[in-house]
Amino acid sequence: MPRSAQPFLGFARLLRRHAFAIAPEQVIGFMQSVTLLGPRSMNDIREAALATLAPPPDRRGEFEAHFRAYFYGDAKPSIKGEEDDETRVKDDRGTREEENQVARREKGGELSSALEQLSSRDFQRDADSLGQFRRKLATALPGRRSFRTARTRSRGTLDLRRSLSEIVSADGDIPSPLLRRRQPVPRKLLLLIDVSGSMKLHTADYLKLAHAAVQGADRAEVFTFGTRLTRITSALRVRDREHALVRAAALVDDWDGGTRMGPTLLAFLAVPRFSAFARGACVVILSDALERGDHTELETAMRRFSARTFRLSLASPLAGDPRFRPATSALRAILPALDDLVDGSSIGSLTDFILSLASPAPAAETIWKRVS
Amino acid sequence: MANADAVAVTASPEAIAARLAASRYLADDSLATAIFLAIRLGKPLLLEGAPGVGKTEAAKAVAELLGRELVRLQCYEGIDAGHALYEWNYQRQLLAIRHAGEHEIDIYDDRFLIARPLLQVLRAPAQRVLLVDEIDRSDHEFEALLLEFLSDFQISIPERGTIRAATQPIVILTSNRTRELAEALRRRCVYHWIGYPDAEREAEIITLRASDVAEATARAVANAVQEIRARPLAKPPGIAEAVEWANAATILEKGGSPWPEAFRRAIGVLIKDEEDLSAIAPELGRIVEEALG
Repeated sequence: MPRSAQPFLGFARLLRRHAFAIAPEQVIGFMQSVTLLGPRSMNDIREAALATLAPPPDRRGEFEAHFRAYFYGDAKPSIKGEEDDETRVKDDRGTREEENQVARREKGGELSSALEQLSSRDFQRDADSLGQFRRKLATALPGRRSFRTARTRSRGTLDLRRSLSEIVSADGDIPSPLLRRRQPVPRKLLLLIDVSGSMKLHTADYLKLAHAAVQGADRAEVFTFGTRLTRITSALRVRDREHALVRAAALVDDWDGGTRMGPTLLAFLAVPRFSAFARGACVVILSDALERGDHTELETAMRRFSARTFRLSLASPLAGDPRFRPATSALRAILPALDDLVDGSSIGSLTDFILSLASPAPAAETIWKRVS
Repeated sequence: MANADAVAVTASPEAIAARLAASRYLADDSLATAIFLAIRLGKPLLLEGAPGVGKTEAAKAVAELLGRELVRLQCYEGIDAGHALYEWNYQRQLLAIRHAGEHEIDIYDDRFLIARPLLQVLRAPAQRVLLVDEIDRSDHEFEALLLEFLSDFQISIPERGTIRAATQPIVILTSNRTRELAEALRRRCVYHWIGYPDAEREAEIITLRASDVAEATARAVANAVQEIRARPLAKPPGIAEAVEWANAATILEKGGSPWPEAFRRAIGVLIKDEEDLSAIAPELGRIVEEALG
């Protein structure tokens, strides 16, 4: 290996140490690209690295920081949180401290913390139900007909490809026609977890549930929201739960802060690839929906979600209390858009609910009108 | 295009960028470099980005730049080998069997073979540019099938044997990132993320694409579109919509509408979602007036 190639190998090694998946063929491609480009400047090396080592867009900022640190000798990069431009929500409505002060003055916050103290925990049942939940989830989610087809004995369309080979092997005769039918596939599951201060007692449980969901379902996505929107699905793909939760926790940097539920959900819908994920999916929002001030944006976001999704559910920890009624103006406004408004106070109730998503149920508004 | 010309236009990223501009496609340095590297390394080029940033247009521009025919494979959920590689014409085979009677017949003859885009590319006598559009819409199984094709540029037809590419095609894949692609696919490709252009570049694109639009109008449209895109819309407008908006406003202005009014009336070609339209409507006048400067 020529000495001039050492820095490029070293950079690839550095990236691997920081959990970038770099294959040997990519490193070869990187060095070939540097040679092809001259290189005439450091920018050529950077462009070659970006094109061949292909950092995912959500880790581009981290990649650039490592590049500068390695090739320019900048100070050790401080990498924190999600750096995806698409997922970043501009927080331009004052500092978090201010928001917390406002939140403290609000009735909703007081109500939330008072009710949270009422909820009880059964740790053994939680652990058992998560294991069962993970195993059952793939088959429990509602299905839809895919465009992929599979062989069937009845009620299908003629499978000419296979029928023809049967005809040839049977010397021009076919005992019975072979049929194909579109295969059923489970719908996608999207979990949106509120990590604001009023949900503090529940976020750890919700993350455990989200980890089980990502492990169990074929296609599940998980986002957290508070003052920002953060995608944590990739962190939760790690099989070991403790390790996955540590990685997810490092991505989120608006723990226990204020809530801007409406604007963050609208921001989610404004990113085409996220919005596409919600289409035809089962969307479960884990939040108390205590939106401060004007709730117009929350209402718009919920209406848009409702138009896109197969089933839109809000699981609120407050609904665990038998005295709960959707009485706040925000909840009243979004209730018509919801398919379900259910108890989200414990892992047990949530896993039971998600596993029952395939069974039809009356709209949330009808149920709560009956209760009120 | 003669071979010598093809070599000249792909001699450097700058040469590629200049030639793309001549084909009315403005590529920044990074995209020109990625195209240069993909062509010179003989690897597929994977372009990712939001809808409407010009990924498919980039593939068309590359085909034009090289003077090669573009073969497009549009991906969708459920796409399989029969749609992408080849298919037998079963009806014709059955008819042929019936007509053959006692005679021997080869039902796997060329006349019964329907070549789909990947096979078309392999059998073409001259080099082709293959566009695999919106690969993120296909299933994981199809991605794996494509992987095999991309690494060896060959297809095995059980009844016919292996067909290898006469000349290695130039392959461009696009993805809107509605799902993450397999690492195996990403690492086989030269990768480039196309973002929305800044206002200055978008104004240049509008001027280039819509020749009737005045430069000042193009700048105003670009500024207004930047401001509109920064809002949480259900469908942020792409570059093509910005070009259409500039065109439509110019037509209305020539028809007698004064400036801010012409922009407002043409907004339907920029924003195609009713809720987005009602969200932006109250502020549209201010946005346009500020953009007009």
